[in-house]
Formats: sequence, structure tokens, C-alpha cells
Amino acid sequence: MLILTCPYCGIEADETELASGGEAHLTRHGPGTSEDDFSNYLFTRQNPLGVHFERWRHAHGCGKWFHAARDTGTLEVFATYPAQTAEPPKTVCDAIRKRRPGWTWQGTA
Amino acid sequence: MSEPVSALNHAGFDGLAKVTECGLHGMITLRGDLAARAVKAAATGASGVKMPGPNEVQSKGDNALCWMSPDELLVICDYKDVRQVLDKMHKSLGAAHALAVDMSDARTMFCVTGSSARDVMAKLTPADLSPATFGPGQIRRSRLAQIPAAFWLEDDQSFRIICFRSVAQYAFDLLCTAAGAGSDVGYFSAAPIRPT
Ligand SMILES: [Zn+2]
Repeated sequence: MLILTCPYCGIEADETELASGGEAHLTRHGPGTSEDDFSNYLFTRQNPLGVHFERWRHAHGCGKWFHAARDTGTLEVFATYPAQTAEPPKTVCDAIRKRRPGWTWQGTA
Repeated sequence: MSEPVSALNHAGFDGLAKVTECGLHGMITLRGDLAARAVKAAATGASGVKMPGPNEVQSKGDNALCWMSPDELLVICDYKDVRQVLDKMHKSLGAAHALAVDMSDARTMFCVTGSSARDVMAKLTPADLSPATFGPGQIRRSRLAQIPAAFWLEDDQSFRIICFRSVAQYAFDLLCTAAGAGSDVGYFSAAPIRPT
């Protein structure tokens, strides 16, 4: 059972109280972009075994969207954090590196 | 003028706990910046109840303020007073960026009381209902089986539950089944009520 702490209301919600929003931190490609970019934005997703970033909504609670960083293999949750960010904050990256030394966000240092 | 009637018209059930549909209540949803002075003043002024903190409920008499999310409060009052309370809130809000709407007829309220009330509720919701985590004065929005619901404890043995009116019968059936004779689990209640 996946349990995530909602960063808005502080409730420890199990996954049956949440709605999954898929991969986080996508770059939106809309009108005026190439067909490849638009197609990738719509359909191409990471599917890693390991560190992954997701969007979740506290659907049966306060209703807010938030982010979660977790390991898809072990279900270890590194952090949950508010939705108003285009990439994981430094504190979240640090928390992940503490548990997975050498890990970098999108392969950059 | 037609007579307003609640969804299940005070239906009741006696089992491990007493389940009651507790009639019509005035319910006003207030959305806005809960830290803003105008929003706080509208909520507390119209209800006469103190401002609740996160995940808390404050009450005084029949009135209550429930913290529903970082930008949402539920104002509970007498059903016949809704219009008056809402008018007062709108006046108090003035030009503040906020929304106050009468939701009374969209909701149903239930009471579940008795020494096994925690056990009955814990069968239906994934929320942690252990006394150490959840006590009087706190409110939890969660689900009861397949439907969204919010609930709080009036005292250690009395739950108040609100859900959508459209699923009132489903909620009542769930609560009655969970409170059915012979289905006590005695997890929270040291000495569960055993119906004879
Ligand atoms: Zn939440």
C-alpha cells in the first residue's frame, strides 16, 4: 500500500484516497510546436524502475494536486511537495541522493 | 411553499452503533484565502464560532466551522437560518476575493454513536481512526467505501458524517451493514456492545 503525505493538509493518505496524475514535470508542447514534440508530450512517458516523479491529487481529501518522488521498485517515498514547481526542489533532490548516492535529476549534476 | 425534507427523513438503525440520518442542516461552502482578515471575519462573524485550524472543527451550539482544505471552510448552521447567515457573510466579505455558496440541499448528515462507533467507521474508511490520531475537534475528509465523505467526532463516541445527498441511501446502507449485529471487531472498543 502506497501512503503519501499531502503537503497541503498534512494528512497521510493511502493510495485509495488519491487519484494518480501520471508522470510529473512534463514540458507542455502546444500549438506552434513540432508534431514530434506535441506527440511526445501527449504520449511518451518515462517508465523507470527506481526514482520517479509523479503527480497525485488528494481526491478524497483536500482536493489539491501535489508531487511525489518515490522509488517504483521499493515503493520508498522520498518526498512529497507542492504542485507549483516545474522541477523537483533542491531539498527533494538532496533527500533522494541521501538514499540513492550519485542520483541526478534528468542526468544532470 | 413545499416542505423541505432531508434525503432519508431521519431514518435510523440500531446495531453495534446507532446510525441516524440527522435531518436538514444549513451548509455554506466558503472558499478563499483563510488567512485573509475579511474571510476569517465572514466565517466567525456569521457563525459565532471560533476559526478552526487545519483539519479542525470548531462548534458552538448548532453552529460549526469545518476546515475542509487550505482554501475552504464549511459553515454549518440551522437549516432555516441559511439565507440570513449567507447574507451576513456576503456583507462581511465585501469586495474580498472569496466565494460563499449555500450547499445545504446537496448534502446529507449522519450520526453514528455508541462505544463501537470507531470500529464501525473504521470498517469503511482508510483514515486512521485510532484515538491517538483522531479525536474530538478534528475533521477528516476521506471516503466511506466508494463515496467521498467528511466526518468528525462530537465526543469520543459520536461521529458526525457528511456526504452528498445523491448517495445518502448508499451511505446509510453502508453504515447499517458495518453496524450489523454480530459484526463487531472490538479493535478500538474494549467492551463492544453486543446486541442480544
Ligand atoms: Zn490534502
